[in-house]
Amino acid sequence: MSGQDEEELAMLLQAAIAGDEKAYAAFLRRTGALVRGFARRRIIDGSLDPEDIVQETLLAIHTKRHTWRSDAPVLPWVFAIARFKLIDAFRKRGRRVEIEIDDIIDTVAQQETERVSERDMRRVIDALTPGQRSVVAAISIEGHSIGETAAKYNMTETAVRVTLHRGLRAIAKKFGRS
Amino acid sequence: MQTEDLINALKADNARQPMSLGRTWRVALAGATLAAAVVFWLSLGLRPDFLAAAHTARFLFKFVATLMLASAAFELVRALSRPGSNVVRPALFLAAAPVVLALAVLAELVAVPSDQWRTVWWGTNISTCLTFIPVIGLAPLAVFLLALRHGAPTRPAVAGAVAGLLAGGLSATFYAAHCPDDSPLFVATWYSIAIAGLALLGAILGPRVARW
Repeated sequence: MSGQDEEELAMLLQAAIAGDEKAYAAFLRRTGALVRGFARRRIIDGSLDPEDIVQETLLAIHTKRHTWRSDAPVLPWVFAIARFKLIDAFRKRGRRVEIEIDDIIDTVAQQETERVSERDMRRVIDALTPGQRSVVAAISIEGHSIGETAAKYNMTETAVRVTLHRGLRAIAKKFGRS
Repeated sequence: MQTEDLINALKADNARQPMSLGRTWRVALAGATLAAAVVFWLSLGLRPDFLAAAHTARFLFKFVATLMLASAAFELVRALSRPGSNVVRPALFLAAAPVVLALAVLAELVAVPSDQWRTVWWGTNISTCLTFIPVIGLAPLAVFLLALRHGAPTRPAVAGAVAGLLAGGLSATFYAAHCPDDSPLFVATWYSIAIAGLALLGAILGPRVARW
Protein backbone atom coordinates (compact mmCIF):
# COMPACT_ATOMS: atom_id res chain seq x y z
CA MET A 1 0.00 0.00 0.00
CA SER A 2 2.62 2.49 1.03
CA GLY A 3 4.86 1.39 -1.81
CA GLN A 4 2.04 2.08 -4.20
CA ASP A 5 1.36 5.49 -2.64
CA GLU A 6 5.02 6.29 -2.95
CA GLU A 7 5.21 5.35 -6.60
CA GLU A 8 2.03 7.12 -7.64
CA LEU A 9 2.79 10.27 -5.69
CA ALA A 10 6.28 10.43 -7.17
CA MET A 11 4.84 10.12 -10.66
CA LEU A 12 2.22 12.80 -10.00
CA LEU A 13 4.74 15.20 -8.51
CA GLN A 14 7.15 14.66 -11.38
CA ALA A 15 4.36 15.39 -13.87
CA ALA A 16 3.40 18.45 -11.83
CA ILE A 17 6.92 19.83 -11.91
CA ALA A 18 6.90 19.31 -15.67
CA GLY A 19 3.84 21.61 -15.76
CA ASP A 20 0.83 19.27 -15.50
CA GLU A 21 -1.78 21.11 -13.41
CA LYS A 22 -4.18 18.18 -13.12
CA ALA A 23 -1.44 15.92 -11.85
CA TYR A 24 -0.48 18.60 -9.35
CA ALA A 25 -4.04 18.87 -8.03
CA ALA A 26 -4.23 15.09 -7.73
CA PHE A 27 -0.90 15.03 -5.92
CA LEU A 28 -2.03 17.71 -3.46
CA ARG A 29 -5.37 15.99 -2.84
CA ARG A 30 -3.78 12.64 -2.06
CA THR A 31 -1.01 14.19 -0.02
CA GLY A 32 -3.59 16.23 1.88
CA ALA A 33 -5.49 13.05 2.74
CA LEU A 34 -2.31 11.42 4.09
CA VAL A 35 -1.37 14.47 6.12
CA ARG A 36 -4.94 14.66 7.47
CA GLY A 37 -4.60 11.17 8.93
CA PHE A 38 -1.17 12.02 10.27
CA ALA A 39 -2.41 15.21 11.97
CA ARG A 40 -5.64 13.70 13.36
CA ARG A 41 -3.77 10.91 15.02
CA ARG A 42 -1.42 13.29 16.76
CA ILE A 43 -3.79 16.03 17.83
CA ILE A 44 -5.63 14.09 20.50
CA ASP A 45 -6.51 16.91 22.87
CA GLY A 46 -8.37 19.07 20.37
CA SER A 47 -5.98 21.98 20.90
CA LEU A 48 -5.41 22.32 17.15
CA ASP A 49 -7.58 21.85 14.10
CA PRO A 50 -5.99 19.08 12.02
CA GLU A 51 -7.26 20.76 8.86
CA ASP A 52 -5.11 23.81 9.67
CA ILE A 53 -2.08 21.51 9.69
CA VAL A 54 -3.17 20.00 6.36
CA GLN A 55 -3.41 23.45 4.78
CA GLU A 56 -0.17 24.74 6.26
CA THR A 57 1.59 21.61 5.09
CA LEU A 58 0.18 21.81 1.56
CA LEU A 59 1.17 25.43 1.28
CA ALA A 60 4.68 24.64 2.56
CA ILE A 61 4.92 21.75 0.09
CA HIS A 62 3.92 24.16 -2.64
CA THR A 63 6.37 26.94 -1.82
CA LYS A 64 9.14 24.40 -1.18
CA ARG A 65 8.41 21.86 -3.91
CA HIS A 66 11.82 22.53 -5.45
CA THR A 67 13.39 20.95 -2.35
CA TRP A 68 12.21 17.51 -3.49
CA ARG A 69 14.86 15.67 -5.48
CA SER A 70 13.16 13.77 -8.26
CA ASP A 71 15.19 10.63 -7.50
CA ALA A 72 14.35 10.70 -3.76
CA PRO A 73 11.27 9.12 -2.17
CA VAL A 74 8.30 11.50 -1.80
CA LEU A 75 6.70 10.25 1.42
CA PRO A 76 9.62 10.90 3.80
CA TRP A 77 9.80 14.39 2.31
CA VAL A 78 6.06 14.98 2.75
CA PHE A 79 5.99 13.72 6.34
CA ALA A 80 9.12 15.64 7.32
CA ILE A 81 7.32 18.82 6.21
CA ALA A 82 4.09 17.78 7.96
CA ARG A 83 5.97 17.04 11.19
CA PHE A 84 7.76 20.36 11.01
CA LYS A 85 4.48 22.21 10.55
CA LEU A 86 2.73 20.27 13.30
CA ILE A 87 5.52 20.84 15.83
CA ASP A 88 5.58 24.48 14.81
CA ALA A 89 1.84 24.82 15.37
CA PHE A 90 2.08 23.24 18.82
CA ARG A 91 5.01 25.44 19.69
CA LYS A 92 3.15 28.57 18.66
CA ARG A 93 0.50 27.68 21.18
CA GLY A 94 3.14 27.28 23.85
CA ARG A 95 3.04 23.50 23.97
CA ARG A 96 5.91 21.10 24.00
CA VAL A 97 5.52 18.20 21.70
CA GLU A 98 7.46 15.16 20.76
CA ILE A 99 6.76 13.23 17.64
CA GLU A 100 8.49 9.97 16.95
CA ILE A 101 9.98 9.56 13.52
CA ASP A 102 8.74 5.98 13.22
CA ASP A 103 5.19 7.24 13.63
CA ILE A 104 5.42 8.01 9.98
CA ILE A 105 5.26 4.39 8.95
CA ASP A 106 1.88 3.63 10.46
CA THR A 107 0.39 6.73 8.90
CA VAL A 108 1.28 6.03 5.36
CA ALA A 109 -1.52 3.70 4.43
CA GLN A 110 -4.32 5.80 5.80
CA GLN A 111 -5.92 8.53 3.82
CA GLU A 112 -8.74 10.52 5.30
CA THR A 113 -11.26 12.89 3.84
CA GLU A 114 -11.91 16.38 5.06
CA ARG A 115 -14.86 16.86 7.34
CA VAL A 116 -17.13 19.50 5.88
CA SER A 117 -17.05 22.49 8.13
CA GLU A 118 -17.15 26.21 7.77
CA ARG A 119 -13.52 27.16 8.11
CA ASP A 120 -12.28 30.38 9.54
CA MET A 121 -11.56 32.53 6.52
CA ARG A 122 -9.94 35.34 8.45
CA ARG A 123 -6.96 33.18 9.22
CA VAL A 124 -6.00 33.23 5.57
CA ILE A 125 -7.54 36.47 4.37
CA ASP A 126 -5.89 38.70 6.99
CA ALA A 127 -2.53 38.14 5.34
CA LEU A 128 -3.67 39.58 2.00
CA THR A 129 -4.05 42.99 0.42
CA PRO A 130 -7.53 43.71 -1.03
CA GLY A 131 -6.31 43.03 -4.58
CA GLN A 132 -4.71 39.73 -3.60
CA ARG A 133 -7.84 38.85 -1.66
CA SER A 134 -10.13 39.11 -4.69
CA VAL A 135 -7.77 37.19 -6.97
CA VAL A 136 -7.09 34.41 -4.44
CA ALA A 137 -10.81 34.11 -3.64
CA ALA A 138 -11.79 34.02 -7.32
CA ILE A 139 -9.37 31.21 -8.08
CA SER A 140 -9.67 29.20 -4.88
CA ILE A 141 -13.21 29.53 -3.54
CA GLU A 142 -15.03 30.41 -6.76
CA GLY A 143 -12.85 28.01 -8.72
CA HIS A 144 -12.21 30.34 -11.67
CA SER A 145 -9.28 29.82 -14.01
CA ILE A 146 -6.49 32.37 -14.43
CA GLY A 147 -8.11 33.53 -17.66
CA GLU A 148 -11.58 33.92 -16.15
CA THR A 149 -10.16 35.83 -13.21
CA ALA A 150 -8.26 38.13 -15.56
CA ALA A 151 -11.48 38.88 -17.49
CA LYS A 152 -13.46 39.37 -14.29
CA TYR A 153 -11.11 41.97 -12.83
CA ASN A 154 -9.95 43.41 -16.14
CA MET A 155 -6.35 42.36 -15.51
CA THR A 156 -3.79 40.66 -17.73
CA GLU A 157 -3.21 36.95 -17.11
CA THR A 158 0.36 37.72 -16.08
CA ALA A 159 -0.87 40.20 -13.49
CA VAL A 160 -3.30 37.61 -12.12
CA ARG A 161 -0.50 35.04 -11.89
CA VAL A 162 1.81 37.46 -10.11
CA THR A 163 -0.93 38.57 -7.70
CA LEU A 164 -1.86 34.98 -6.92
CA HIS A 165 1.78 34.06 -6.38
CA ARG A 166 2.37 36.98 -4.04
CA GLY A 167 -0.84 36.27 -2.18
CA LEU A 168 0.13 32.65 -1.60
CA ARG A 169 3.56 33.70 -0.43
CA ALA A 170 1.98 36.14 2.02
CA ILE A 171 -0.24 33.37 3.40
CA ALA A 172 2.73 31.00 3.64
CA LYS A 173 4.69 33.66 5.48
CA LYS A 174 1.84 34.13 7.90
CA PHE A 175 1.73 30.39 8.48
CA GLY A 176 5.50 30.35 8.99
CA ARG A 177 7.32 30.68 12.27
CA SER A 178 6.62 33.81 14.19
CA MET B 1 -11.08 28.34 3.26
CA GLN B 2 -11.68 24.69 2.45
CA THR B 3 -8.64 22.63 1.63
CA GLU B 4 -10.03 21.95 -1.83
CA ASP B 5 -10.15 25.74 -2.42
CA LEU B 6 -6.54 26.03 -1.38
CA ILE B 7 -5.62 23.26 -3.82
CA ASN B 8 -7.31 25.26 -6.61
CA ALA B 9 -5.09 28.22 -5.82
CA LEU B 10 -1.90 26.15 -5.50
CA LYS B 11 -2.62 24.36 -8.77
CA ALA B 12 -3.08 27.69 -10.57
CA ASP B 13 0.27 28.86 -9.20
CA ASN B 14 2.15 25.83 -10.52
CA ALA B 15 3.35 27.49 -13.72
CA ARG B 16 6.22 29.24 -11.93
CA GLN B 17 8.78 26.74 -10.84
CA PRO B 18 11.31 28.01 -8.29
CA MET B 19 15.01 27.44 -8.96
CA SER B 20 15.98 23.87 -8.14
CA LEU B 21 17.75 23.50 -4.83
CA GLY B 22 20.67 21.61 -6.36
CA ARG B 23 21.32 24.48 -8.72
CA THR B 24 20.87 26.99 -5.89
CA TRP B 25 23.65 25.34 -3.90
CA ARG B 26 25.99 25.21 -6.89
CA VAL B 27 25.44 28.89 -7.57
CA ALA B 28 25.85 29.69 -3.86
CA LEU B 29 29.14 27.77 -3.66
CA ALA B 30 30.52 29.55 -6.73
CA GLY B 31 29.40 32.97 -5.45
CA ALA B 32 30.75 32.35 -1.95
CA THR B 33 34.10 31.16 -3.29
CA LEU B 34 34.37 34.23 -5.48
CA ALA B 35 33.47 36.55 -2.59
CA ALA B 36 36.02 34.88 -0.30
CA ALA B 37 38.69 35.12 -3.01
CA VAL B 38 38.09 38.82 -3.53
CA VAL B 39 38.26 39.63 0.19
CA PHE B 40 41.35 37.44 0.54
CA TRP B 41 43.26 39.12 -2.30
CA LEU B 42 42.30 42.60 -1.16
CA SER B 43 43.17 42.05 2.49
CA LEU B 44 45.93 39.42 2.76
CA GLY B 45 47.18 37.78 -0.43
CA LEU B 46 49.54 34.81 -0.67
CA ARG B 47 52.46 34.51 1.66
CA PRO B 48 55.78 35.52 0.02
CA ASP B 49 57.30 32.03 0.10
CA PHE B 50 54.14 30.36 -1.23
CA LEU B 51 55.89 28.36 -3.97
CA ALA B 52 58.62 27.05 -1.68
CA ALA B 53 56.07 26.20 1.02
CA ALA B 54 53.97 24.28 -1.50
CA HIS B 55 56.56 21.50 -1.31
CA THR B 56 56.26 20.96 2.44
CA ALA B 57 53.90 18.41 3.94
CA ARG B 58 52.73 20.64 6.80
CA PHE B 59 51.69 23.42 4.43
CA LEU B 60 49.84 21.03 2.14
CA PHE B 61 48.11 19.34 5.05
CA LYS B 62 46.43 22.62 5.98
CA PHE B 63 44.54 22.42 2.69
CA VAL B 64 43.68 18.77 3.22
CA ALA B 65 42.11 19.69 6.57
CA THR B 66 40.23 22.79 5.41
CA LEU B 67 38.99 21.25 2.16
CA MET B 68 37.83 18.13 3.99
CA LEU B 69 35.83 20.32 6.32
CA ALA B 70 34.41 22.43 3.51
CA SER B 71 33.39 19.54 1.26
CA ALA B 72 31.83 17.55 4.12
CA ALA B 73 29.98 20.62 5.42
CA PHE B 74 28.72 21.31 1.91
CA GLU B 75 27.28 17.79 1.65
CA LEU B 76 25.68 18.04 5.09
CA VAL B 77 24.18 21.50 4.69
CA ARG B 78 22.64 20.46 1.37
CA ALA B 79 21.05 17.44 3.04
CA LEU B 80 19.82 19.59 5.93
CA SER B 81 18.13 21.97 3.49
CA ARG B 82 15.91 19.16 2.14
CA PRO B 83 13.19 17.78 4.42
CA GLY B 84 13.38 14.05 5.03
CA SER B 85 16.82 13.49 3.53
CA ASN B 86 19.35 11.20 5.12
CA VAL B 87 21.83 13.26 7.12
CA VAL B 88 23.68 10.43 8.86
CA ARG B 89 26.19 9.74 6.10
CA PRO B 90 27.21 13.34 5.47
CA ALA B 91 27.36 13.90 9.25
CA LEU B 92 29.82 11.01 9.59
CA PHE B 93 31.83 12.40 6.70
CA LEU B 94 31.94 15.75 8.50
CA ALA B 95 33.04 14.08 11.73
CA ALA B 96 36.00 12.58 9.85
CA ALA B 97 37.58 16.03 9.40
CA PRO B 98 38.43 16.61 13.09
CA VAL B 99 39.57 12.98 13.38
CA VAL B 100 42.10 13.48 10.58
CA LEU B 101 43.19 16.74 12.19
CA ALA B 102 43.66 14.98 15.53
CA LEU B 103 45.82 12.33 13.87
CA ALA B 104 47.96 15.08 12.34
CA VAL B 105 48.32 16.65 15.77
CA LEU B 106 49.54 13.33 17.17
CA ALA B 107 52.03 12.96 14.32
CA GLU B 108 53.26 16.50 14.97
CA LEU B 109 53.73 15.79 18.67
CA VAL B 110 55.90 12.82 17.72
CA ALA B 111 57.87 14.70 15.06
CA VAL B 112 58.55 17.87 17.04
CA PRO B 113 60.66 17.81 20.25
CA SER B 114 58.52 18.67 23.25
CA ASP B 115 60.46 21.82 24.11
CA GLN B 116 59.31 23.33 20.81
CA TRP B 117 55.62 22.43 21.10
CA ARG B 118 54.71 25.75 22.55
CA THR B 119 56.57 27.66 19.84
CA VAL B 120 54.83 25.93 16.92
CA TRP B 121 51.52 25.92 18.76
CA TRP B 122 51.47 29.68 19.28
CA GLY B 123 53.17 30.48 15.97
CA THR B 124 53.40 34.12 14.95
CA ASN B 125 50.00 34.90 13.56
CA ILE B 126 47.24 34.12 16.07
CA SER B 127 45.47 37.45 15.93
CA THR B 128 45.54 37.56 12.10
CA CYS B 129 44.10 34.06 12.03
CA LEU B 130 41.35 34.84 14.52
CA THR B 131 40.48 38.01 12.63
CA PHE B 132 40.67 37.07 8.99
CA ILE B 133 39.11 33.61 8.94
CA PRO B 134 35.86 35.13 10.24
CA VAL B 135 36.23 38.23 8.03
CA ILE B 136 36.80 36.25 4.82
CA GLY B 137 34.03 33.83 5.82
CA LEU B 138 31.39 36.45 6.47
CA ALA B 139 30.18 36.98 2.89
CA PRO B 140 30.17 33.21 2.19
CA LEU B 141 28.11 32.66 5.36
CA ALA B 142 25.58 35.23 4.16
CA VAL B 143 25.35 33.51 0.77
CA PHE B 144 24.91 30.06 2.33
CA LEU B 145 22.22 31.33 4.70
CA LEU B 146 20.33 32.72 1.70
CA ALA B 147 20.59 29.32 0.01
CA LEU B 148 19.20 27.75 3.21
CA ARG B 149 16.35 30.22 3.08
CA HIS B 150 15.53 29.00 -0.42
CA GLY B 151 15.59 25.46 0.97
CA ALA B 152 13.46 24.09 3.78
CA PRO B 153 15.62 23.22 6.80
CA THR B 154 13.61 21.43 9.48
CA ARG B 155 16.49 22.03 11.92
CA PRO B 156 17.42 25.59 11.04
CA ALA B 157 19.87 26.16 13.92
CA VAL B 158 21.85 23.03 13.05
CA ALA B 159 21.71 23.88 9.36
CA GLY B 160 22.91 27.42 10.13
CA ALA B 161 25.80 26.07 12.19
CA VAL B 162 26.85 23.76 9.36
CA ALA B 163 26.58 26.69 6.93
CA GLY B 164 29.02 28.43 9.30
CA LEU B 165 31.39 25.44 9.19
CA LEU B 166 31.20 25.51 5.41
CA ALA B 167 31.92 29.24 5.29
CA GLY B 168 34.75 28.69 7.79
CA GLY B 169 36.26 25.79 5.83
CA LEU B 170 36.16 27.82 2.63
CA SER B 171 37.60 30.90 4.30
CA ALA B 172 40.33 28.91 6.06
CA THR B 173 41.36 27.36 2.73
CA PHE B 174 42.17 30.83 1.44
CA TYR B 175 43.63 31.99 4.73
CA ALA B 176 45.97 28.97 4.84
CA ALA B 177 47.66 30.26 1.68
CA HIS B 178 48.61 33.42 3.57
CA CYS B 179 49.42 32.15 7.05
CA PRO B 180 53.09 31.30 7.75
CA ASP B 181 52.15 28.97 10.62
CA ASP B 182 51.89 25.45 9.25
CA SER B 183 51.97 23.26 12.36
CA PRO B 184 48.88 21.07 12.87
CA LEU B 185 49.02 22.25 16.49
CA PHE B 186 48.41 25.80 15.31
CA VAL B 187 45.72 24.78 12.82
CA ALA B 188 43.86 22.54 15.26
CA THR B 189 43.68 25.30 17.84
CA TRP B 190 43.37 28.69 16.20
CA TYR B 191 41.70 27.77 12.93
CA SER B 192 39.17 25.76 14.91
CA ILE B 193 38.35 28.65 17.22
CA ALA B 194 37.91 31.02 14.28
CA ILE B 195 35.71 28.55 12.38
CA ALA B 196 33.67 27.80 15.51
CA GLY B 197 32.89 31.52 15.70
CA LEU B 198 31.34 31.40 12.23
CA ALA B 199 29.43 28.24 13.14
CA LEU B 200 28.01 29.94 16.21
CA LEU B 201 26.96 32.95 14.16
CA GLY B 202 25.33 30.62 11.64
CA ALA B 203 23.46 28.79 14.41
CA ILE B 204 22.10 32.07 15.71
CA LEU B 205 21.12 33.44 12.28
CA GLY B 206 19.82 30.18 10.76
CA PRO B 207 16.42 30.11 12.51
CA ARG B 208 15.91 33.81 11.78
CA VAL B 209 16.91 33.80 8.13
CA ALA B 210 15.61 30.40 7.07
CA ARG B 211 12.14 30.68 8.58
CA TRP B 212 9.40 28.98 6.56
